[in-house]
Order: sequence, then structure tokens, then C-alpha cells
Amino acid sequence: MKLRTLLASAAAAVLMTGAASAQTVGVTDTSIKIGNTSPYSGPASSYSVIAKTQIAYWKAVNAAGGIKSADGKTRKIEMISLDDGYSPPRTVEQIRKLVEQEEVAFTFNTLGTPTNSAIHRYMNAKKVPHLFLATGASKWGHPEKYPWTIGFQPTYDVEGEIYAKFALENVENPKIAILFQNDDYGKDYRDGFLRGLGDKAKDMVVKMLPYEVTDPTVDAQVLEMAASGANIFFNVTIPKFAAQAIKKSCEIGWKPLHLLNNVSSSVGATLRPAGLECSKGLVTTQWQRDPTDPQWAATDGFKEWAAFMDASLPDADKGDINYAFGYNAVKLMHHVIANCADFSRPGIMACAANVKDLQLPMVLPGVLINTSPTDFYPVQAAQLSRFDGTGWALFGDIIDASE
Amino acid sequence: MDLFFQLTLAGLAIGSIYACVALAVVMIYQATDHFNFAQGEMAMFSTFICWTFLGLGLPVWVAAVLAIGTSFIAGLIIERVIIKPVENAPVLNQIIVFIGLLMIFNNVAGWIWEFTIKPFPSLFPDDFGFKSELIGPHHMGVIALTLTVLLLIFLFFRFTRVGLAMRAAAANPDSARLVGISVGWMLALGWGLAAAVGAVGGILVAPIVYLEPNMMSGVLLYAFAGALLGGVSSPGGAVLGGLIVGVLENWLGQYVPGGSELKLTFALILIVGVLLFKPAGLFGRVVIKRV
Repeated sequence: MKLRTLLASAAAAVLMTGAASAQTVGVTDTSIKIGNTSPYSGPASSYSVIAKTQIAYWKAVNAAGGIKSADGKTRKIEMISLDDGYSPPRTVEQIRKLVEQEEVAFTFNTLGTPTNSAIHRYMNAKKVPHLFLATGASKWGHPEKYPWTIGFQPTYDVEGEIYAKFALENVENPKIAILFQNDDYGKDYRDGFLRGLGDKAKDMVVKMLPYEVTDPTVDAQVLEMAASGANIFFNVTIPKFAAQAIKKSCEIGWKPLHLLNNVSSSVGATLRPAGLECSKGLVTTQWQRDPTDPQWAATDGFKEWAAFMDASLPDADKGDINYAFGYNAVKLMHHVIANCADFSRPGIMACAANVKDLQLPMVLPGVLINTSPTDFYPVQAAQLSRFDGTGWALFGDIIDASE
Repeated sequence: MDLFFQLTLAGLAIGSIYACVALAVVMIYQATDHFNFAQGEMAMFSTFICWTFLGLGLPVWVAAVLAIGTSFIAGLIIERVIIKPVENAPVLNQIIVFIGLLMIFNNVAGWIWEFTIKPFPSLFPDDFGFKSELIGPHHMGVIALTLTVLLLIFLFFRFTRVGLAMRAAAANPDSARLVGISVGWMLALGWGLAAAVGAVGGILVAPIVYLEPNMMSGVLLYAFAGALLGGVSSPGGAVLGGLIVGVLENWLGQYVPGGSELKLTFALILIVGVLLFKPAGLFGRVVIKRV
């Protein structure tokens, strides 16, 4: 009898520790393992600073002891970030490695539209949380179909719609030229914009030209658009091509209402190379605080970010808004981990879908993060902004597309 | 009609840059029978070196000349240190070395100078004394300088001892060796010259496409198309091929419906088409090898 009790309690003890360690892959009482892919090489490598910022951030957090979560435990964060070269097949390979060999608890801020598209089904089939993707495509917010994938930044099509409404209200007899990148990103913007124009879109759009990321220049497209007599130019290009288009249209004296997608709105990365004088009058939408905009320098959020940058990434070019983007995303992740009590995979997903009115340090004041089990679009508000030759000047109200 | 001339002249300017890179590719091809896939990245690296000199406060022409000189020496060293040991290795090994170089240059540049785009000053003044609606001063300068470089290369290979020796070493290494030409060093010299010509291309294209580690990747593909079209054994043909590709690419976008989407496809079709139907290109010699 005595022996039996002993055996039973021993078995129970084994079962209990078994239960504890079987919690979630990648999560222990003292650590969480996070996976990430980022283009450290290849055509999109300028975005790799996002992941670099986040790794530096976790390092600082770990040095300060870790994150105390709602379950009372304090954990250190190990983020494993692998290079996918912005190439979808490599993303698949790297993500499989992260999930199956490294055994991460979830992935965070994996970068790129084509790359995330390639792992979308895999993550959902494996039931691994695929959190806060660094892409503005609209397909990351469908919890009914893809319950394990949640986006982050405002979607491109919503932003496109905002530009269309602005153009219709402000230009008489609009004749529109659109230059877009020939992929999901460019088409999302284009389609949102066309939807915003409504029924009259066909008559108003006089020129719609694509370009490929591999093209050396878009000069020829700009010449064509200028010759079409358009008075509105919707510019859906990444920084390099945006700078080319701004410079070329300035050189040939074409002066339409120039709507520039937020993707390329960085003063340091796009407008300065294009020429500040040529950039005057550009209109974009913003949802983050541009680090080169002096109006934010005195705000608490900016000071917090700048202090982090000085301490952790002293050599970085603080004019690059991607450092702010990376910081915003990692702060959201920090918030979710700190407020989570259930670290099973469904629990982590539920925590990510339960953020209420969170103000991130480098997001515009008043643009709040909200998620719910039916709302997988964390940021859905933005404000229009015009370039005055030195910085972006916000105008109008914050436009919340979720309403 | 203005648009036609604008597109044609812009095409000639960007075509000139394809031509520079195509010329560099052809120079190495002639000597070694291989395409140097790293040619574009070497040119990009040279441009960054020029940018570094500019950062030291040197005037743009001085920086450019220094960068071209540095590239020449670097090309020479690359041949001696990296290419020579695999000289007699199978083709595949050599191609892997070229692709390795491509990736190394790309990533090292990103690591040193970061991936954000950088404005790069033009070698030419804002004003040549006359202005045209059809073409900007930089584009004019690009076309003129490319043609000058071509002329210099032509004169060099035709009328100088070293140039003739290099041609001999490429055309018939054994006989060249017998008359006392150091074939190995001639190859190295070829690499140096190719690197220098590539550097000219990089420095000319950077003010248009902005300086960043990936600026030459697109250019290289079109340069290959140009080199093949003109003929891989003909430097003059390669230059003409580059110009033709630049102009055709622009016309295609405007005058063929949906042409903007087909630019890249066009370059690839050109490559495949030339290889299938006229492997020697428009101006190349047909090489017959005895086996």
C-alpha cells in the first residue's frame, strides 16, 4: 500500500512536470523563443534594419532582466532572425527551420508581401502564431480563414482609398496617372485607389503603368505619364524608384498633384536623394512619427526611441524611418507578452488579438492600436501630410478607416 | 513627337550605361571565354569607392579618376588572387567563383555603406551652354563620355604595344607565349581594364538610379542582353547592342500595348533569341573550334 502510494505520487509528479514542459514549444518559465525572417541580402535589404532594431531591443530588455508577464513569470526573449533575401522559397525554407528545428513559439514581424504569402498556409496548417507581419497587404486580417496570421501596419488598399478621396475633393477635372510596382503590394494600392474613385475611375485614369523591381529606372514611364497630360500622379513605388520619379518629373517640368505612397515617404531615404526642392508639394499619409520631422523631437515617444537608439544602435542613421517602424512593432510585441497569462499557442494568439487603445512611441499621437478576435488589423488610421520643402506637415483630421 | 525624341534620347543614355557594362563583360569574355557575372557588382563597388572619395571632400572628377584607378588595380588583384587559381578548373567552378564574387561584393557593400539609397553627383555641369527640353545635361554627358571611352579602348587595342599583346594573348595564348608575351599578366590587365570600364558605367549610372548595393543588378541583365545582341566577341558590337537595348526598351513601353510589363521579358527573350538563332550576335565573328 505504502509502496503503491509512493508510486502513484511519483507518477503524478512525473505527469505534472510533463504537463509543464509540454506547455508550448519555445516557451519556458524563463524564456521565449521567437522566429523572424528578414532580407539581410538581396533587393529589399534596406528593410533589414527593422529586424536589427528588434534584436537590439530584446538584447536591452534581456540585459534589464526580461519581461514580467501577467502570469507572474519573468522571461528573457530570444529572437532568431534569419536571412531570406526577400526570396519566397528561401522564406519557406527558413521558416520551416525556425518552426521545426529551432522550435520557436511563434514568428514575429516577418518582412515582405511575397515572402509572407509563401508561408501563410504553412503557419496556419501548423497552427503557429504568425504575428504582426511587416507588410501592408490586405490579406493578413482574415481571422475566419487564417486564424493564426495577424497583420500590423495600415493596409495598402485602405491607404489608396484615402488618396482617391483626397484627390476627388481637391482637383477639378481630374486626369490621373498611376505608376505601380507590378506585384501584390502595388496592386493592393492601385485597387484601393480605384475603389476610392468609384464609378468614374475609368474616365479619370488616363495612364496606368507598371514597373518591375529589377528595372534600372522608371524614367521612361515618367515621360509617358507626363505626355498623357495627367494632373494627378499616384506614385506607388519603393524608395529608390520614388526618388527617381520625383526627380525626373521635376527635371522635365511636370507638376501634377503628386500623391506618394507612405512606403516611400521617408525624408532621409527618399526625398533627400530626390531633392528637397523637387519634393515640395508631395502629399502622403502618415501613421508613424517621421524621425527627421523636428515637431516630434520634444515628445516623450521620440525621446524614448532616441535614447534607445543612442544606447543600442549608436552608428545607425536615425533619419531612416525603418528604425522607428522596427521599434513600434517590437514595442507592440513587448506589450502583448507583458499582458499575456496563457502562453499556449492559442493563448498567445488570443493575447495578440486583445490589444486595446495602445499608443506606440513612434506612432502619431492619437493613432491607437486596437485588435480583437474579429479585427486583425492593428493600425487602421492615418493622417494626410504635405511636404513643405523641409518636413512633412500634417493636415486634416486623423482618418480612421475602420469606422 | 517630342515624347518620341525624349524616349529615344533617354534610351540612348541608359543604353550607354548598359554599353559600358557590356563592354566590360566582353573584354573579360574575349580573354577567358566566360561571362563575369560579378561585373555589375564590381562596378557598384567602384562607385561606392568614388562616393567615399567624395566624402573626403575631393572634387567629383578627381574622385572619379581615383576610383577608376583603384578599380583597375583591384581588378588586377582579383584576377591574380582569385581567378588565376581556378583558371584551368572546369567551367562550372569558374561560374561559381563569379557568382560568389557577385554576392560577396553585394553584401560587403551593404555591410559597409548600408542599403539606403544615396544621391550621387553628376560628373557634368548643369548647363553645357545650351538647354534642351528633350534631354538633360547628365544624359548628354553620359552618351558623350561612353563614346569617348569606346574610342580610347579601340585606339588602345589597335595602336599600343600592350593592347596588341593583350589581343594576342587572348586570341592565341600559345603563340603569344612563344613570342615572349606574359599571357597571365595580360589576362590580369584585361581584368583591370574591365573593372575600370565598369567603374565608368557605375559612376555614370549612379546619378540616375541612385547609389545603393543593388543598383547594378538590373543594369547587368540588360547589359548581358546588349553584349549578346552586339556579339560577345566584338567590343564595338557590345556597345551598339547596349544602345539598341536601351532604346528598344523605352519604345516598347510606349508603343506596344502592355509593353511596360514586358520590358524584363523582352531582355530575356532577346538573350534566348540571340543564343538560339545567332549566337555570335550581330557583329561578332563565328568562332569555329577544332576538336
